[in-house]
Amino acid sequence: MRTLTHLERLEAESIHIMRETVAESEKPVMLYSVGKDSAVMLHLARKAFAPSPPPFPLLHVDTTWKFQAMYEMREKMAAEIGMELLVHQNPDCIAQGINPFDHGSAMHTDLWKTQGLKQALDLHGFDAAFGGARRDEERSRAKERIVSLRSAQHRWDPKQQRPELWRTYNLRKGVGESTRVFPISNWTELDVWQYVHREEIPIVPLYFADVRPVVGRNGTLIMVDDDRMRLEPGEVPMMRKVRFRTLGCYPLSGAIESEASTLPQIIQEMLLTTTSERQGRMIDFDSSASMEKKKQEGYF
Amino acid sequence: MSNVHEDLMVTDIDAYLLVHEHKSLLRFITCGSVDDGKSTLIGRLLYESHLVFEDHLTALETDSKRFGTQGADLDFALLVDGLSAEREQGITIDVAYRFFTTERRKFIVADTPGHEQYTRNMVTGASTADLAVILIDARTGVITQTRRHSYLVSLLGIPRIVVAINKLDLVDYSEAVFETIKAAYRTFAVEIGLAVDEITFIPISALRGDNITAASLHTPWYTGPSLIEHLETVEIGDTVRAGPFRLPVQWVNRPNSEFRGFSGTIVGGSVRPGDAVTVMPSGVSSTVARVCTYDGDLDEAIAGQAVTVVLTDEVDASRGSVLCSAVQPAELADQFEAHVVWMHDTAMQPGRQYLLKLGAMTTGATISPPKYKVDVNTLEHLAAKTLGLNEIGVCTISTDRAIAFDPYVANRDMGGFIVIDRLTNATVGVGLLHFALRRSTNVHWQTVDVTPEARSGLMGHEPCVVWLTGLSGAGKSTIANQVEQRLHAAGAHTFLLDGDNVRHGLNRDLGFTEADRIENIRRIGEVARLMSDAGLIVLVSFISPFRAERQLARGLVGDDRFCEVFVDAPIEVAEARDPKGLYAKARSGELPNFTGIDSPYEVPESPELRIDTTTMSAELASEMIVEQLRAMGVIGVIGG
Repeated sequence: MRTLTHLERLEAESIHIMRETVAESEKPVMLYSVGKDSAVMLHLARKAFAPSPPPFPLLHVDTTWKFQAMYEMREKMAAEIGMELLVHQNPDCIAQGINPFDHGSAMHTDLWKTQGLKQALDLHGFDAAFGGARRDEERSRAKERIVSLRSAQHRWDPKQQRPELWRTYNLRKGVGESTRVFPISNWTELDVWQYVHREEIPIVPLYFADVRPVVGRNGTLIMVDDDRMRLEPGEVPMMRKVRFRTLGCYPLSGAIESEASTLPQIIQEMLLTTTSERQGRMIDFDSSASMEKKKQEGYF
Repeated sequence: MSNVHEDLMVTDIDAYLLVHEHKSLLRFITCGSVDDGKSTLIGRLLYESHLVFEDHLTALETDSKRFGTQGADLDFALLVDGLSAEREQGITIDVAYRFFTTERRKFIVADTPGHEQYTRNMVTGASTADLAVILIDARTGVITQTRRHSYLVSLLGIPRIVVAINKLDLVDYSEAVFETIKAAYRTFAVEIGLAVDEITFIPISALRGDNITAASLHTPWYTGPSLIEHLETVEIGDTVRAGPFRLPVQWVNRPNSEFRGFSGTIVGGSVRPGDAVTVMPSGVSSTVARVCTYDGDLDEAIAGQAVTVVLTDEVDASRGSVLCSAVQPAELADQFEAHVVWMHDTAMQPGRQYLLKLGAMTTGATISPPKYKVDVNTLEHLAAKTLGLNEIGVCTISTDRAIAFDPYVANRDMGGFIVIDRLTNATVGVGLLHFALRRSTNVHWQTVDVTPEARSGLMGHEPCVVWLTGLSGAGKSTIANQVEQRLHAAGAHTFLLDGDNVRHGLNRDLGFTEADRIENIRRIGEVARLMSDAGLIVLVSFISPFRAERQLARGLVGDDRFCEVFVDAPIEVAEARDPKGLYAKARSGELPNFTGIDSPYEVPESPELRIDTTTMSAELASEMIVEQLRAMGVIGVIGG
């Protein structure tokens, strides 16, 4: 008798969760950050509802500080798939010119992303938001639920979490409350890459090694993506063959020197290098237990 | 794990990926406490599969020196014991999920921490497991905890069991110790109905790595597989796949008038175009035309796959319907015997209306007082009136409508349900359906030719239940009386059900405990429904202090025929009026559980009407209610 492969089982589980959420929510939305996890989520959404288009829009909570290549990919995908793409930029941040150089990564991220996300969800009245978080990202995420309830103020109450059994999810909520739903919770980084490879899912070229202008900062390499990058006195960008393991705001995303320019090479490099993925994401280093804190504040 | 495997990673990544792509997935749960070496075992599995990153490993080395219990050696338990801080913050952790992969398989491990919440946690983790690893400390053998874990494994129907007898290094790798524990466990397993021959026993030391990945030199007397070898090769999920076809419809896929498909995950058997299917609960038959996916139509789809099925006929199916094999359709019933596991701080309330979600079907349901509850340590059956957090009992479940199901032992997805509180929306319990107590095929509604519509046609108005709720002395009876007079004068057919009067007859056997109040309301709701079926406008005047119970009445009657009127007066005003002298009695302690004094009144959140009797006369109030009935289309033909 045929047995499903692990990727087939993971894919089916994610599709099941997406269908369940759509059936039990009034106005769902998919958070779209243009990264590889988002690319997989989008691909799964197309599979879940085919031949219908996914019955929800995409929402990009933008900070204006993403890599240019990410904006290009975003526009290309939206045009190709024909889904509605909503872009939200926190107007307060625009007015005050919030940026990672003057305000630091913590404030920058909180105001653009956390507050921006809350604004966008309230503005459109979404009652369910799909996110691409995974349990393997860090040790403390191992306990995360797939469906997570948020108060009308978008706060996460760790004491009100619901047990999840079988394939049965409780998506009910009170007036003003909403859910965050994580369909790829059970995927690992390797699964995501393997799936991108198997399904030939388009991803931002920054994941592949290429010669790019970078400067060294705090032991990591930061790409000079546009002329807003502030160089220290005497600092001159150098051309290095680099790639990114995770993508975010360019001044906050660390590059690694690499020769990996194909998907199998990326996967090979990932398997052979032994530092975990989130080390390149500077946001985690700002305060300890930062994921929990961010979640309580409404980051997800 | 094997060198060949790792070499491929380096020398031929494409070949490596091809191997990895065809791996299967095994989900398992580990049962045991920290004392049994559970965290050490999981840490060891993660470590051996090389999924521990260098930064984690560095942290582990540092932590092992600082907090470890293993001297200079790595303390693997520290890899997974990362949740204590969260526990201190009060974050509920039912289950932590860990991931690792070997040459042959990918694994998801459900790790259930915590002693106090053990039942709730383990039931949650076990619900998705293909296999359970039960850990026994070789020094202590089968203990109470082992019995508890094994009972829950058997209750949740995990098909495969491994008993890992751990810490063998501490008993000099003694074969005699292993065999003694094995024999003791087998005896006990027979008692609780586990299939003893299906259980695999492995002697291990998680700490030293004996029989984890390969055969240990310390146990030459053991010829079976190592733990990993067994986990890599054991068969997965064959019983469900061999069973009859089941697909609970999650979502009707209708992009245009040409396509109408039923999207869902196959939870039993397999399906091919041309297969005869029965749609439950309607019982309509059809044939599978196509099995669609984004990647094209399939010749066959099997249990576990998420697909969209198109039928040859335009049958009426929607979310909650189940597409079944026509040869072996699911059963249909509205009353069941089930094991219920209570998951919430607030105890189960027998008779209260909860929501029951099974597959994609959500329906109202009530739970009877338990026939008995099970002591998970001794497995004794104990008498019980309700179930508290972490308690397990056998109860009768009655659902509002007939649902399609299979016994839990035959199919977890078709027999496992969650219980949701209607007010808080919390998941308060879970249940495992065993068998139908009242098959819907056996008890038919007596079909009658004169329908409620026909009766109401003769009446000249629509039937309706006007439900007046409020404190004693708020003015309900006075207002209800005047409404009835007005309606009667206008030629409407009415009946006034007064709470006090009903208690003299139909509900004479009921007192004022919470359970009795619920039953009181249920009966009044049923009577009101019968009377409205007869075509009457029924006026119910009843304190009915609890939202959930009023919701129950509304559910029985139907939303479009229900008019909730909140007769509002502050407690001081009602007490000052005290027309029956009841408040005086309650204050003196003669009347316990009196609403407003020592029992709460839950104010209606969205009644059809709210009447403030401190500012509005009974006459005006009754006129407003009649006006409301006109607005609802109940009356109109009559009375102008």
